[in-house]
Amino acid sequence: MKYLKFFLSFLLTAAIFYGLNTKFGSIPPIGKFLNPYTGIWQNEKEAKIDGTLSLEGLSKEVTVHYDENLIPHVFAQNDLDLYRVQGYLTARHRLWQMEFQTHGAAGRISEIFGDVALDYDRHQRRRGNIYGAERALKQMQEDKVLSSALDSYAAGVNAFINELDVANLPVEYKLLDYQPEVWTPLKTALLLMYMTRDLAGGDNDLEYTNALRIFGKERFDLLFPDFFETVDPVIPMETDWSFITTPITPVPQGEMPLDTITETLPNPPRGIGSNNWAVSGKRTYSGNAILANDPHLKLNLPSLWYVMQLSTPEYNSFGATLPGALGVISGFNKHISWGETNATRDVMDWYKIEFRDSTMKEYRFDGIWEKSSFRVEEIKIRGQSTFIDSVTYTRHGPIVFDPNFRKKSGYSGYAMKWMGHEGGNSQSTFIKLNKSKNYSEYKEALKDHIAPAQNFAFASVDGDIALWIQGKFPNKWKGQGKFLMDGSNPEHEWQGFIPQEFNAHTLNPERGFVSSANQHPVDPSYPYFVFNDFYEAYRNRIINNFFNSKETFDIQDFKNLQNNNYNLKAHELLPFIFETMDSSSLSTDELAIYNNLKEWDYYNDFSKIEPTIWASWWEELFELTWDEFNKEGIALTKPTSYQTIHLLKTKGDDIFMDILKTPEKEVAKDLFVISFQNAVSSLADWKEKNGEYSWQNYKGTYVGHLLQGLPAFSHFNLPIGGDGSSVNAATENTGGSWRMIVEMTSPPTAYGIYPGGQSGNPGSKYYDNFVDPWVKGKYHKLLFLQSKDEKAGIMTTQTLIP
Amino acid sequence: MSQKTINFTATFILALILSIFLPWWSVMTAAIITALFVELKGFAVFYIPFLAIFLLWVLYAFMLSNANDFTLAKKIAVLLPLGGNPYTLILVTGFIGGLAAGIAGIFGKECKLLFRSR
Repeated sequence: MKYLKFFLSFLLTAAIFYGLNTKFGSIPPIGKFLNPYTGIWQNEKEAKIDGTLSLEGLSKEVTVHYDENLIPHVFAQNDLDLYRVQGYLTARHRLWQMEFQTHGAAGRISEIFGDVALDYDRHQRRRGNIYGAERALKQMQEDKVLSSALDSYAAGVNAFINELDVANLPVEYKLLDYQPEVWTPLKTALLLMYMTRDLAGGDNDLEYTNALRIFGKERFDLLFPDFFETVDPVIPMETDWSFITTPITPVPQGEMPLDTITETLPNPPRGIGSNNWAVSGKRTYSGNAILANDPHLKLNLPSLWYVMQLSTPEYNSFGATLPGALGVISGFNKHISWGETNATRDVMDWYKIEFRDSTMKEYRFDGIWEKSSFRVEEIKIRGQSTFIDSVTYTRHGPIVFDPNFRKKSGYSGYAMKWMGHEGGNSQSTFIKLNKSKNYSEYKEALKDHIAPAQNFAFASVDGDIALWIQGKFPNKWKGQGKFLMDGSNPEHEWQGFIPQEFNAHTLNPERGFVSSANQHPVDPSYPYFVFNDFYEAYRNRIINNFFNSKETFDIQDFKNLQNNNYNLKAHELLPFIFETMDSSSLSTDELAIYNNLKEWDYYNDFSKIEPTIWASWWEELFELTWDEFNKEGIALTKPTSYQTIHLLKTKGDDIFMDILKTPEKEVAKDLFVISFQNAVSSLADWKEKNGEYSWQNYKGTYVGHLLQGLPAFSHFNLPIGGDGSSVNAATENTGGSWRMIVEMTSPPTAYGIYPGGQSGNPGSKYYDNFVDPWVKGKYHKLLFLQSKDEKAGIMTTQTLIP
Repeated sequence: MSQKTINFTATFILALILSIFLPWWSVMTAAIITALFVELKGFAVFYIPFLAIFLLWVLYAFMLSNANDFTLAKKIAVLLPLGGNPYTLILVTGFIGGLAAGIAGIFGKECKLLFRSR
């Protein structure tokens, strides 16, 4: 009996130990997790931000002042100490995020979540993310100065990791029950790859190929023209290109393969985009140039951005950094300010590859069988054995889909040619920008930047404003890379690159301002091939119209513009609809809503219902117009909003307007009525389920924790207006992820805010303290300290000693 | 002092000390060791170590969280999900620790009975 009781009590004890020590699905190991000595209760505190700490490897003492927003102001004696401390402090406040994002880029999420993430990881690997990051790292390491800076940064991160014990691990590690690993320079390359994938990792070549085959060339050009009818490009229209001496690549002979393509890579989420502008001192209230930047990226917690001041005796820079990368990315120093927007260009192309046989060891190129290579990707999976994936590489790039992955039949495949695989040393550009003193140094700094191509706006204390569209761009023949190409034809390869000095740019333009908002980079007079690959068509015109609307501008004008909710897209279509649509068939209820919308001032303010009615109506109208594109098993992309509105207004009786499933022959006017009635009915359903459809409720903007918007650590239903095509481009989960305004006084006066907080710890009051002021359109004046002895505005000081 | 008071105090203090060196199961270890030396009878075998650790974990969790305005506890109480109430989370914490200790206490007692009969 006593043996039985002993045995039972032993079993019970073992069971409770196992039960509380083990992670079950998404439930953390609850004993570990709740233990007040080492569990989450230990995260109920702020990071230590005062006193004296020893940081191994420093050559001299480094002073770090924290201001009331927990922004660190770092005063180091040399570059290597500076980057070591940048790594150390960033890790102190953002370690989990740094590692998680780079794990994401490297396709290593299965290590944390198990096989649910395997498909995601394989995608990341097969598109060559690690391959590209390794090539970039190799180039960065050839630059000896940069290489030691990368090592210092990594050592700083690792110094923090080594300080950690079980109790003070960031809370996400406890939740997911794993440990941080050593930081390496490769992770910096992976972080930059993460940005490249987000900003230059999309294209529509394969979808266009399907559309071309289905609709024919003439119809295709109507739907997807190289240029919109009106363009207001990044580089002003009157720019003289006569300095360009390298000609465009001539169009070769040969056929394009017109395949039926069923599977394509997912594009980065829509809504990603950005604004920047700089106004010359001639047109500002003070005579100083003023620059603004607001990158519209995913609204995440912890934020993608971490704000720092980084200084040595040689330079003093301030602004938004990317945890994992060195230096300031969007910011200013004593002499200049800079900010980026995405310069969407087609730097991803696809080649049809004919393999000799199912081993995929050889493929046809230029009349011979050329050898392919294989890259083995080992994907560790939590709780399971490692998954081995093999990816075939051709001279053009990796075969993303093959019979091993997603492709159902046949071994011929499509190779992905991507600028992200070219390597490059974009990190160097940012370090040089941090140190630049004037236009010529800025111009020099940009040369290293390869991908993702950016519109770099610039303003200086000297009074210059400029904008370079910088990236490495293939010099394509007209039409090259818009569609699937023939991988066996050498003339279909990229034949060369646009010489860097011929990248489109503008310095001190006549109009007194520069701006960009992901629109067309140039007008058709630019000598190289550029086509409309989903350029934004509204924000840029709102911005440029504003700067053409009056003579001088002040800081408040800048703030108002960044927070401007005007909806030009709706304003370009609705008046036309109101004029042409026959509303006689509408019911009383429908008519009430219709009349309501007629009163709208075209501002997407959060409390209004008109933006919701418009959004719902537009969605229905767009879907109805392009019902021809809903073809089972064929990858297609629908035309841009701009072109859709253009066609609705100018070609209302085109055959595309017809709704295929009805026997009647519809024209645009009919679509307006039908889509409106559909919208009213879907809004009624929405209201029944969710309550009032104010724009705030309907849009539901949220700032989501990196773990798929884990509700406990996220902010939902934010009262913020705007939509993707207004300057305040707050969509459901993207928006002005960092808003900055810099006036080029000497030293510069700057304002900034982002929807997050400096601490990555959900247990810190600095985790999300910027969210509310950001939503309200407020800014913090940035405390730009000129020396480490300045005391005003400092909350605490921490001294780091060797 | 009664055996119950001694067991309670010993479990509490031992757990307090072991927690510095050991992971969360320090509370189970404390309950087993105490049970080997301070014998209890009947249901007290379970509930005395339960109460000792319940109290220890509740007090310490409260101290840590209270000093930080329950910032994280409120969020974890959404995650688990406990309606966002930090006090519920504190009680659950105490209960988990207590449960582990109570069961370990039973095991300790059975160990002792087994050894003694040899």
